[in-house]
Amino acid sequence: MLTRLLSGDMPRSGLLTVLLLGILVSLAFAPFLFPGTKSLETAAKICIFIVLVASYDLLLGYAGIVSFAHTMFFGIGAYGTALALSTTGPTYSSMIWGTAAGAIVAGIFALAIGLFSLRVKAIFFAMVTLAVASAFAVLMSQLSWLTGGEDGLNYGVPREFKPAFKLIDEKILDVRINGKLLLYYFVFFASAALFLIMLRIVNSPFGRTLKAVRDNAFRAEAIGYKVVWYRTTATVLSAVMAALAGSLLAIWLRYTGPATTLSMEIMIDILLMVVIGGMGTLYGAVVGATIFILAQTYLQNLMGLAETATSSIPIVSTLVAPERWLLWLGVLFILSVYFFPSGIVGRLREGRA
Amino acid sequence: MADHLLSLSGLHTHIGPYHILQGVDLAVPEGGVTVLLGRNGAGKTTTLRTIMGHWTASQGEIHFANHNITKLDTPSISRRGIAFVPEDMAIFTDLTVAENMSLAAANGPIDAKRLAWVTDLFPPIGSFWNSSAGTLSGGQKQMLSVARAIIEPRRLILIDEPTKGLAPAIIKAMTDALRELKETDTTILLVEQNFAMASSLGDTVAVMDDGRIVFAGAMSELTGNPTLQEKLMGLSLEVHQ
Amino acid sequence: MSETLIKPRIEKIPLTDRLTQKLPILLVPLLATAGLVAIGSPSTWLTLTVAGLAMGMMIFIMASGLTVVFGLMDVINFGHGAFVTVGAFIGFSVLSWLAGWTASPSVPLNLSAVVIAILAAMLLTALLGYAFERVIIKPVYGQHLKQILVTMGGLIVAQQMIHVVWGPDEMHLSRPEALQGSFILGEAAIEKYRLLAVGLGLALFLSMRHVLKHTKIGLLVRAGVENGEMVEALGYRISRLFLIVFMTGSALAGLGGVMWGLYQETITAHMGADIMVLVFIVVIIGGLGSIEGCFIGALLVGLLANYTAFLAPKVALISTIGLMVVILMWRPQGLYPVVKAK
Repeated sequence: MLTRLLSGDMPRSGLLTVLLLGILVSLAFAPFLFPGTKSLETAAKICIFIVLVASYDLLLGYAGIVSFAHTMFFGIGAYGTALALSTTGPTYSSMIWGTAAGAIVAGIFALAIGLFSLRVKAIFFAMVTLAVASAFAVLMSQLSWLTGGEDGLNYGVPREFKPAFKLIDEKILDVRINGKLLLYYFVFFASAALFLIMLRIVNSPFGRTLKAVRDNAFRAEAIGYKVVWYRTTATVLSAVMAALAGSLLAIWLRYTGPATTLSMEIMIDILLMVVIGGMGTLYGAVVGATIFILAQTYLQNLMGLAETATSSIPIVSTLVAPERWLLWLGVLFILSVYFFPSGIVGRLREGRA
Repeated sequence: MADHLLSLSGLHTHIGPYHILQGVDLAVPEGGVTVLLGRNGAGKTTTLRTIMGHWTASQGEIHFANHNITKLDTPSISRRGIAFVPEDMAIFTDLTVAENMSLAAANGPIDAKRLAWVTDLFPPIGSFWNSSAGTLSGGQKQMLSVARAIIEPRRLILIDEPTKGLAPAIIKAMTDALRELKETDTTILLVEQNFAMASSLGDTVAVMDDGRIVFAGAMSELTGNPTLQEKLMGLSLEVHQ
Repeated sequence: MSETLIKPRIEKIPLTDRLTQKLPILLVPLLATAGLVAIGSPSTWLTLTVAGLAMGMMIFIMASGLTVVFGLMDVINFGHGAFVTVGAFIGFSVLSWLAGWTASPSVPLNLSAVVIAILAAMLLTALLGYAFERVIIKPVYGQHLKQILVTMGGLIVAQQMIHVVWGPDEMHLSRPEALQGSFILGEAAIEKYRLLAVGLGLALFLSMRHVLKHTKIGLLVRAGVENGEMVEALGYRISRLFLIVFMTGSALAGLGGVMWGLYQETITAHMGADIMVLVFIVVIIGGLGSIEGCFIGALLVGLLANYTAFLAPKVALISTIGLMVVILMWRPQGLYPVVKAK
């Protein structure tokens, strides 16, 4: 049963199993284990980013393609849902058609970019996606009549997902069972489902061929696989998944703007999460997203302490200032690419042997 | 070993997942032409590229003039006196003939006397001196490639199929030029499919198959022994007229 | 060898082919003419055209190193923008030290301050390029995926280090007196600084061409772009050549950074990353590895960006992407595809 659910892709490491179970249990019971708005926000963000990062790994880790347009797809999903909810009202049907429209548009965009630039070279694709994604971000912030520009869009969600909605009057374990909680579980289960679907994809014959193409495109072509077809399909799948993650974010935040979906900073965050967690294994996305977001949320406090402690030493204190946490993650990122490209998950799996 | 300018012993080369050279033993005596024969895919080109340092041997050693050059990088190998005329000629088509030649003279300006000798061997080098190398014909490009290799005195020249795809008249011209080159003190290791040319030039011969040397000896042993030729025929001599 | 063999066999290039070869160059005046038709007013057009050429020249200066580095070693540096930013910050720091010189009405003092700032920026970005090549890029030669990731990581670290060294805020600086103001030509106002940028860019392009065509190192670079392996077989160490080119490219990016900074009069830690979008578009349009293509691509992008900024400001950046798409549909490898032996 479990094997089937995980598509036969077991963690294959004691420590990794413990880590993943820990993350799963923490996320599943987050509202009860870590009460408070900030921790619930963090937990939901982790769920959504696990899907987003896993969908990026589909491309980077499994297909060996570097794209800088992933936030664009994420944004298309988010804006699709946001526009539907804000124009046709906070109903389930707007939620559904907005999400579907976002996913379809993302898929078409990905298809176009893929067919256009995947024939040439990995580097070419990376450059084209970078240019297209930046242009898209600028466009979205300029079409303010449609997208609200830099301010973004605020909108409602169906009544059952609003904090004011109470499912039952009593508290359970001192936690109010309200719409926010329902919404969290919606995000949680949707993310889990999307993750399992992706796990199924990468462990299917398609996923294995994709890896073969990644390792030796020339050989795969010679055997008779249409390399461009596989790469483009991976791009489209990855874009659709990213768009769905974007829709989840749009529903969760009840707000969509360039800074939460389209910015280059988020693209860099995704890269860091994938590489630090481990490329080419979806569990890497789980570990990477969790660690990164926890670090983003809590490491800065720690660095704040370090800054105070070193305040007498001029340069050191600037280096450990909370705003500089990205510096250290950048260094960690470079070291990861050199020394353990398989990331934390790869390390744990090797350690087992 | 002392009388061998170049010797390969137990050479293995892997390219990606493929094990191309599987223990090549080859000795090239100083002076004269050694011909390396073998069918397509036997490992001839890989042998030359490994000598030149374009591939690194995974096992075995290469000695040149009593120095172990196995681990040296390509520029160092070149500067020890080995020149290379690759199969694809590797002409810089974006540069003129003159520029191609001046880069080939790595140790300074081209020596005028030497250049006169080279243009005598290959007249097109002189007549197209200022033309873009990309506009040369196939045969002229091949001449330029060889000319580049000999514009400075070298002890050993590796030449990979200099007659491939050329018209018979140009093959003859190339053969004559190589014969004249042989009269100088230059040693040549020649990969060739054209047995007529190979046998007319070669002093010693080695036949490769499946990444190994399957026959080595004097050229006369092969030309004078039809049975042996017959035996090796299927391996190496499929492309003679 | 008989005479018949050496008869000239230069293939006659048909007229149509020669025209297609020249076509990319014609695109620039073509675009300028189209701009004139669309804009209508000749004086506005002239102002925009000079602005576009100036922008194009600056992008060219920043992009040239990137494209040659790619041609020579098949390395694309996603962190190239860091050199632009660092150059700009160093240049601005030097200019603020020399505030007395830049504020003085003396033109020679103004210009010497700018020259010193540029030299300092180029020197330090060249050194940074050296470190970047050795530490970040060298271990990942030949591995594109890792190259993209690692150079991106280098960009993140460099941006953060700029925050550490220069603080989190953007820097403002007015151009020296001599570089402020405009010439009036008929009804058109042409900023002095833009003319200077055009002149400097053109001079750099011409000297780059001269170096590539007439010096040994230039020949080696061109030969190396075509077939690096053969250059090594002739006895030249291409890694050393590459390091020189890389450092030169970094220094040019630094120069471009100073010029861009003086143009905008404001610099931020992420300016390099922002400009990289335009740089990539230019490099793709021109054909990866081609310096001429890069030059033409930069001019096209500069002109188009300025024309559309006037005609339809919202779609300015999109228009350059559109240009890229159109050109790639016409020539999938860019305007001047670089001949590679393999």
